[in-house]
Amino acid sequence: MRLISKGAEANLYLADLYGRSVIVKKRIPKPYRNPKLDIKLRVTRTVREAECIHEAKKASVPTPVIYLVDRKDTTIFMEYVRGVRIKEVLDFLDEGRRERVCVQIGRLIGRLHSISLIHGDLTTSNMILFNDEKIFLIDFGLSFHSRDEEDKGVDLHLLKRSLHSTHHEHAEASMRSIFLGYEEVSGAQTTLKILRKVREIEYRGRYFHERV
Amino acid sequence: MRRLCLGIESTAHTFGAAIASDDGRIVSDVRDIYVPEAGKGIHPTGAAQHHSSVADKVVIAAFKDAHVRPEKIDAVAFSCGPGLGPCLRVGATVARAISVYFQKPLVPVNHAIAHIEIASLTTGARDPLVVLVSGGHTAIATYAARRWRICGETEDITLGNLLDMFARATGLSTPGGPEVERMAENGREMLDLPYTVKGNDVAYSGLLTAALREHKKGTQMADLCFSLQEVAFSMLTEATERALAHTGKRELLLTGGVAANRRLQSMLESIAQEHEAEFRVVDRRFSGDSGAQIAWTGILAFKAGLTVSVEESHVRPRWRLDEVDVAWRR
Repeated sequence: MRLISKGAEANLYLADLYGRSVIVKKRIPKPYRNPKLDIKLRVTRTVREAECIHEAKKASVPTPVIYLVDRKDTTIFMEYVRGVRIKEVLDFLDEGRRERVCVQIGRLIGRLHSISLIHGDLTTSNMILFNDEKIFLIDFGLSFHSRDEEDKGVDLHLLKRSLHSTHHEHAEASMRSIFLGYEEVSGAQTTLKILRKVREIEYRGRYFHERV
Repeated sequence: MRRLCLGIESTAHTFGAAIASDDGRIVSDVRDIYVPEAGKGIHPTGAAQHHSSVADKVVIAAFKDAHVRPEKIDAVAFSCGPGLGPCLRVGATVARAISVYFQKPLVPVNHAIAHIEIASLTTGARDPLVVLVSGGHTAIATYAARRWRICGETEDITLGNLLDMFARATGLSTPGGPEVERMAENGREMLDLPYTVKGNDVAYSGLLTAALREHKKGTQMADLCFSLQEVAFSMLTEATERALAHTGKRELLLTGGVAANRRLQSMLESIAQEHEAEFRVVDRRFSGDSGAQIAWTGILAFKAGLTVSVEESHVRPRWRLDEVDVAWRR
């Protein structure tokens, strides 16, 4: 097993499973956290991630194949998707490509939301561009089920903020494309409701000038 | 010649005046803090009355301590927002009067940015991921292209609010942070309290409600304070770690009133080490609100030409830190 990435909550290793390259995602104990709280969070998220990755597929959202879940060791063995994180390429795509990528991201989120699945941590670090066309969503550790517009709104609000903090030049345009894709899947009415919700969440944040 | 700036702070409890020089020294720093009635929160008009009654004394002391005459300063900075309107207006009025009388340029300063700048000054941090925690803020931010950009923040109440509101409701003295920290030292039992992280955001109101419910049930205060701190700080630490991993910053800077909490410091230090970032904490003297943070940021803004006419010097109670044009940073 070779360590390939040290994320915020898990280490990723590249390993060989019966001749197949796999990603081993191990949620490691956090020394800063109380042990009781730590184990509770790690186990819940490991199980939840495996479940939600599987469910996302039912909505035609590309996610890695899960091979094995070790609850006790808070480890998931999954497919190794050979691609690049959207975070690394978004700013370097030409305008047309970027637009198409963002519309596709919007469609994927729309599909998740259509089956009441909230990703919970949508950032460009958690999206992999595969073969220059297909986009995989990963990192479902904070995912959960909800039909609530509020939760869908927060999902998109987090993505919007992540775009503004890491891709500030293209944030606005990208977000517009994402909503176009979202609308293709969810319809104009739903999308408008969610858009309003996103704005409401923003204004609810601290110290916004206008309040609705 | 070195330049001097008078800074006036009056966003909430503290009325402060300080003088900073452009070689990075805080030459004087005087404060007078409004104390609300026991068990009550800050009353905006009460605090504003307090500020008006101490303003002259505090400002005069700031000049005296610095051995500087008012004619010798180069600019007058004031906390323009965000904060409580009535409080902000007292500081702004004092600043305008000094500015007009001594014919010195007036510099509006964003209070949150000032927490970041005073921390940068006292720690030497250059390009950090910032964790700003106080009564008014709970935010994780990075700098890019003349703006501080929010990576994560609270979706409801701040960490300072959480600790203060909990302290008031349970009869501890305020500010609640130090009291809860002291009580937590004897806590052992980790209670099951709600833990809410949404991406890089946190939400504390559910935790507050649950903690108060435990208190009503008669749960021991030591265990309750211990668990409250553990959960609240773990949430923020997790959100910060995500932001640190996502941005790849090499410095982590903790600032604001709650920055003085040792347990929070140790948690953040742990993730900084994990991600090979240097961990820095604002000088304890400047973690709470002070004129010093306004004076120092005032100097930076003044030298970048960010002055305002008296006519246009309205206070901005909802001035978000990501709206500020940070013309002085590269």
